[in-house]
Amino acid sequence: MRPVTPVPAAAVGRYLELIGRGEEYAAVDLALELLDGGASAEAVLLDLVAPAQRRVGDLWAGNTWSVAREHAATAVSERVVAAVAARVRPPSVRGRITVACADGEYHALPTRLLAEVLRLRGWRVDFLGASVPGPHLIAHLHQVGPDAVALSCTLPTRLPRAHATITACRSVGVPVLAGGRGFGADGRFARLLGADAWAPTADAAADRLDRGLPGFPPEAPYTGVPAHLADDEYTQLVRRRGEVLGGVLGALTAAHPPVASYSARQREATAEDLAHLADFLAAALYVDDARLFTEFVAWTAGVLRARGVPAASLAAGLEAFRGELRDFPRARRILAQAAAACAAAVGPDAAVGHGDAPRDGDPAGPLSPGGSGG
Amino acid sequence: MARHGRFGMPEGCARGGPALPAAARPPAGWSAGPSAEVPPAAPRSPGPLPGERRATEFLLEAGRRLSASLNTRRCARATAELAASFLADAALVVLPPDETRRSAWLRVTAGRPGLQEGAVSVAEAARVPGLAEALAGFPPVPSRWLDPAQAPGWLLPPGFGPAGHLLVTPLPGNGVAAGALVLARRRGGPAFHDGIETLVRLFAARAGAAISAAALHQEQNAVNAVLTAALLPPDLPSIDGVELGGSLRVAHQAARVGGDFYDVCLPAADDPPAACGQVPAPLAVLGDVCGKGAQAAVLAGQIRQSLRALLLVERRPARLASLINRSLLACPAPDSYATMVMAELHRTGGGRLRLDLAVAGHPTPLVLRADGTVDEPPGHGTLLGLLPDAEPALCAVDLAPGELCLLYSDGVTEAFGGPTGREMYGEQRLKDALATCAGMPAEAVVQRLEQLGTEWLAGGGHDDRALLAIRARPR
Repeated sequence: MRPVTPVPAAAVGRYLELIGRGEEYAAVDLALELLDGGASAEAVLLDLVAPAQRRVGDLWAGNTWSVAREHAATAVSERVVAAVAARVRPPSVRGRITVACADGEYHALPTRLLAEVLRLRGWRVDFLGASVPGPHLIAHLHQVGPDAVALSCTLPTRLPRAHATITACRSVGVPVLAGGRGFGADGRFARLLGADAWAPTADAAADRLDRGLPGFPPEAPYTGVPAHLADDEYTQLVRRRGEVLGGVLGALTAAHPPVASYSARQREATAEDLAHLADFLAAALYVDDARLFTEFVAWTAGVLRARGVPAASLAAGLEAFRGELRDFPRARRILAQAAAACAAAVGPDAAVGHGDAPRDGDPAGPLSPGGSGG
Repeated sequence: MARHGRFGMPEGCARGGPALPAAARPPAGWSAGPSAEVPPAAPRSPGPLPGERRATEFLLEAGRRLSASLNTRRCARATAELAASFLADAALVVLPPDETRRSAWLRVTAGRPGLQEGAVSVAEAARVPGLAEALAGFPPVPSRWLDPAQAPGWLLPPGFGPAGHLLVTPLPGNGVAAGALVLARRRGGPAFHDGIETLVRLFAARAGAAISAAALHQEQNAVNAVLTAALLPPDLPSIDGVELGGSLRVAHQAARVGGDFYDVCLPAADDPPAACGQVPAPLAVLGDVCGKGAQAAVLAGQIRQSLRALLLVERRPARLASLINRSLLACPAPDSYATMVMAELHRTGGGRLRLDLAVAGHPTPLVLRADGTVDEPPGHGTLLGLLPDAEPALCAVDLAPGELCLLYSDGVTEAFGGPTGREMYGEQRLKDALATCAGMPAEAVVQRLEQLGTEWLAGGGHDDRALLAIRARPR
């Protein structure tokens, strides 16, 4: 299934330029010309569109592109995928697969690429799009009865809800193939949360489905909840999110006098950044993995640096959380590790916006009013 | 003979001899009890009986898997897989004929991965002795042995080899025929015996109940899907010089319908002229009906339908609003109120777009200028369905190429969440968010605003939320 004619590396650069200028028709033409030149549709999707979109993410993280430009480029790529899909219509000779983004997950393009690759491989695909609520997905499964669900999760903060969805899919007898960076670069969270299989990329996912999933998912290794959730720290943090964030913002204001002079909008941006930290911390507690949080913090440090925000503000935020979460020993351990990683990451050679880090479609904004994209 | 008498099976049916294989393998991964513990029930049985414990485990596993799905095909697949894992070398489930008089079948071979599927006509199915009766579901018929020589080719997997024993068992449904189960054993394989037959009967009853419940569910679902299809947001048309993007998130997630709605109606060639004698223009509408869920969705659907009908004779937004108001006042259902905004789309040359807006008790649309400023045209107008003389607020908005007008429902701005979890999103945040969208295509704007709104909710519940962006296509 790999390309007859490979996609030339220069095409990716040219494509990136076009989508960066929002030139929909030219980008579509470029993709279709590659098809006409003998490249396979799968190669156009995975060796042209996918790498260009990864670069789009990096360009935003490095503050080279604005949010608007990033979204506009992604919208153009959506059109390109649609045009390629319309050009190539393989017969569906295999079973039926439902492809969906986890609830709250808005990075639909990588998932759309997976859906199209599966279609090209002969599966009948139902693509439910971004942020699919659990009940909607389950109703669909009862209605359609697919052979498997391919569930995508790009942001680890959606893992708790993805877990609920995985459990629900499996309890109605449909096995789940998990994918997307949210499940960890090595898929460790997919295994932890009971997915039947995991794949790092769209073509790997297609290969995995070729090998077949169980007709009926076997029972999860544990019943109910993972053991580490017994300490209730995740539940308490989520339940008291507003209160905790209020306390953290207060502590930050007391410790950093400039915060008190922020405008309402600057305070709001800071509150949003703190909320992101809280959500990643909650996700790290849910899967009991400090690395999830430290990677996010290191990545945020890079993003902030690119926007001229001093790293001290991030460290102050982490410290404020530690102070606020006195009764959360597990969370405090994670915060301490993150603070250490943060100190290391703000060294002069720290990379900015490396590809593997978790990221939000939205700026993780500044912790101080230096201004972020948008 | 007693063994067949017990199941009401005519003696003549037992052509395969007393030979269902007994050495049924425990399904992979089960903790199979040692079969030696269980003495054979009938001394005549040539092979060892499966342990009672294994039979119990089989039925437990069957219960777990069969109760999981409300999908007919998934239930049929589970039935075939379970049967092939424990009862036979190959198992085929034949479903009752559909409206085209064809029966779908699903087949699983023990020890081979994958599922085979196909369909046969009623006539072909009838060539298998006993199958038509089993598929009819009523009157109830017993299991029936088949002479392997009578089996048509589609019954057995390719490369299966000659069958020694074939058993056709009806799947008794809950008042609805659920299909039939055909079990096949290879020639020369171990024999069937009493215990297995009892197990087959118990299993068939469970599988039949599951399949017929699923069939009933799917039938109701199909009706539901037809009824709600008109209530789902429409695919947006493509209009020269215009970009459209729409999004609807409803409060009732499984139902997918609610009281918010939007629509874009294109004029037909012979439609009446618009205001000022111009050529008929496309009309975009976004509205919000009082209430939530199915009841609100029905009224929203009626308003959309009324509008489409009214557009055949009337195009002036103000007049349309007044007519919808009268029809809502006449509506017998209580609380038939709605707010809405209508926008007539006129291309005015140079890639510019003029929107003639009529706002009836609805949040005023927001206008995103090329430089990122956000304007709000004046006027709210009055709610429809409450007073006899509803007056929409009228205004016109000019869009330069790349500029955009956002229609939205109050569910967007009245979402509670944020860092504290108790704060309302509010109009100002929506304006601020929209201001960051200058230069984005309409679809991307809607996606971004929807995403920001969902993040604001942070997992909390919400009202219906609708967004419709109309953008003058950049040159």
